[in-house]
Amino acid sequence: MKILVCISNVPDTTTKITFTNDNTQFNTSGVQYIVNPYDEIALARAIELCEGGKGTVTAINVGEAATEPTIRKALAIGADDAVRINAAPRDAYFTAFQIAEYAKANEFDMILCGRESIDYNGSQVAAMIGEFLDIPSISIIKKLAVDGSTTTIEREIEGGKEVLTVNGKFVASCAEGTAEPKIPNMRGIMSARTKPLSVVEAVAVEELGKITKFETPAPRSAVKLIPAENAAELVNLLHTEAKVI
Amino acid sequence: MGISTKYMSVLVYVEHADGKFKKSVFEAVAYARAIADQQHTNLTAVSIGNVADNELKELGKYGASKVLQVNADQLKDFVNQAYASVIAEAAAKENANVVVLSNSFSGKGLAPRIAVKLKAGLVDGAVELPSTDGSFSVKKTAFSGKAFAITSLTSANKVIALNPNAFGVKENPTDITIENFSPAVKQTDLATIVKEIVRATNKVSLPDAELVVSGGRGLKGPENWGMIEELASLLGAATACSKPVSDADWRPHSEHVGQTGIAISPNLYIAIGISGAIQHLAGVSSSKVIVVINKDPEAPFFKVADYGIVGDAFEVVPQIIAALKAHQA
Ligand SMILES: Cc1cc2nc3c(=O)[nH]c(=O)nc-3n(C[C@H](O)[C@H](O)[C@H](O)COP(=O)(O)OP(=O)(O)OC[C@H]3O[C@@H](n4cnc5c(N)ncnc54)[C@H](O)[C@@H]3O)c2cc1C
Ligand SMILES: Nc1ncnc2c1ncn2[C@@H]1O[C@H](COP(=O)(O)O)[C@@H](O)[C@H]1O
Repeated sequence: MKILVCISNVPDTTTKITFTNDNTQFNTSGVQYIVNPYDEIALARAIELCEGGKGTVTAINVGEAATEPTIRKALAIGADDAVRINAAPRDAYFTAFQIAEYAKANEFDMILCGRESIDYNGSQVAAMIGEFLDIPSISIIKKLAVDGSTTTIEREIEGGKEVLTVNGKFVASCAEGTAEPKIPNMRGIMSARTKPLSVVEAVAVEELGKITKFETPAPRSAVKLIPAENAAELVNLLHTEAKVI
Repeated sequence: MGISTKYMSVLVYVEHADGKFKKSVFEAVAYARAIADQQHTNLTAVSIGNVADNELKELGKYGASKVLQVNADQLKDFVNQAYASVIAEAAAKENANVVVLSNSFSGKGLAPRIAVKLKAGLVDGAVELPSTDGSFSVKKTAFSGKAFAITSLTSANKVIALNPNAFGVKENPTDITIENFSPAVKQTDLATIVKEIVRATNKVSLPDAELVVSGGRGLKGPENWGMIEELASLLGAATACSKPVSDADWRPHSEHVGQTGIAISPNLYIAIGISGAIQHLAGVSSSKVIVVINKDPEAPFFKVADYGIVGDAFEVVPQIIAALKAHQA
C-alpha cells in the first residue's frame, strides 16, 4: 500500500495574528511554524496502516525551502520519504493542482490530508485533489479502516455521523478520532536527516482569485460583571439587554 | 464583469437531512438571493434527493424563484463526487456564474469539487455579501477566527460557501416553480457507498447552533455535565467543550471547539469553567455575545467576554437554571 500524506506548514497555534503592508500581508516575523495539527492526525493514521511492512508513507508539501524543518518533522514522526513541490502555496487551487500532478505521475492507493489548514481554514485542498484526479474524496473523517480493496470510513455530519465504504483510490481529509498524533522519538529524529526528500518544480496554474486584504476582529467592549450571588440576573440581561434569549 | 450579466443567474444548492431543510439552508438561499439582487438576476435552487414539494416551496419564502429537483434513486444518499457533477450541470443549465452553498460538513466536501469543475474561484467560510465596487471581493474567516481575509475572485465563475449564522435568515417571498431535472449520472461518480447514517435527533447540532453552552476542565469530570445539558436544553442550545475535555473522553470530539476543533459563531456562547486559552478563543471569539463563568477573576476569557460571573460553576449554574425556569414559566 502506498499512501501520500499532504503536510502543510502553518503558524504555531499560540501565534498572535498580525498583518503588515497596510494589512495586505500576514506578519511572519517571530512566527514559529509547525506541521498543521490535523495533518499530524493524517500522518499518524497513514503510519499505522503501513506498520509492519504493509506499505510506505510519502509526505508531500507545497512550499518554499523554508518549510523543510516541517517536512523533516513529518519524516521524524515516521514518513518513509518526502517530496517538496518548490513554490509558495498561492491558494488551495494551486496547491491541490500540484499535489494531483505529483500523484498522477506516482501511483498512490490513498491520499490523506488534514481536515483544514489552521491558517486559511479552507478545507479545500483534499476535495480539489479528488476532483483533479477524478477519484472520490471524503471530507472530515473520524475513522478509517482498510480491508483488502475496500476502505470503510466514518465521516462527521451535522449532529451525527455517516459510515461509508469506498473501493479503490480515494482522498480523505482527517479530523480528530482518525488517529492519535505521534511524537517523534530519538531514532526517528536521527533517521529523518537521512531519509529521502526530493524537490520537484511546480507547474503553472491560472489564478482564480486572491486575498487582497486582512482584517482583525473589532475589540469587544469591557466585560459587564455580575456578582455570583446574583447570577440569576444574567437571564434578565440576556433577555432584555443582549436580546439573545 | 459588465458583460451580459442579465442573462446570468445565481444557483444555490440546498442540502437536506431526511427531507427537511435547516435554518442554515434558508440562510444560504437568502444570501444567494441578495447576490442575485446585486446582479439584477434570478435565483435558482437545486435540491438532490427525496424532498416533498411543500418543503421545496419553502425556498420561495427566502427568494428562490425556481427549484430544480433531482430525484434519481442513485442519488438518494450524499456522494459528493456525484452531487458536485449534478450541481455543476445545474449551473451550466441555468447559466449561473455564482454558486452558493452552506459551509456545512457536506458543503465543505462539495464546494471545492464544484469550483474545480467550473474553474471557479472559491470563497469558503464567507461572512458577508460580495462587495459592490466591481471587484467581487468576499470577506471570510481566517486563522480560525483570529482574523478575516478579503478574497477577490477574478474568475468568470464563482463559488461561495457561507458560514452559518453569518448573514441571517431574511424573508423575501417569491413565487417558486418546481422543475424536474435529471442529469446523467456517471457510474464512476458513485464509487462511495453510504452504509449508515446516525443522527441524534434530540440534540441541537453544534456548527450551526444559535446558542451554545460549553464546559471546560473546571467542571472536574464527565459526571458533572448534567447541569450543562440541562442549561442547554432549557435554552434550546447545543453543547460544546474545550479540547482537554474531549481529549479526556469526557465529551465526544464532535463537541470540541477552538482552533483545532469546530469554529463557531453563535448569537450566544456561554463558557463554563474554561480558562480562555488562545487556541480556544480562536474558534469562539466571533460569537455575538459571550458569557464567561469562572472562579478565577484572572482567567483570560473575561477579557473577551460581554458578561462575566466570577464564581464557582457548581453554585452559579444551578442559580441560572432556576432563573431560566422562572423566566420561561
Ligand atoms: C496545538 C494546540 C491546539 C489546541 N487547540 C485547542 C482547541 O481547539 N480548543 C481548546 O479548547 N483548546 C485547545 N488547545 C488547548 C488550550 O491551550 C488549553 O489547554 C485548553 O483550552 C484549556 O482548556 P480548559 O480551559 O477547559 O482547561 P483549563 O485551562 O484547565 O481551565 C479550567 C478553568 O476552569 C476554572 N475552574 C476550575 N474550577 C472551577 C469551578 N468550580 N467553577 C468555575 N470555574 C472553575 C479555572 O479557573 C480555569 O480557568 C490547544 C493546544 C495546543 C497546544
Ligand atoms: N501547502 C500545502 N502542501 C501540502 N499539503 C497542503 C498544503 N496546504 C494544505 N494542504 C493539505 O490540505 C489540507 C487542507 O488544507 P486547506 O484546504 O488549506 O484547509 C491540509 O490539512 C493539508 O493536508
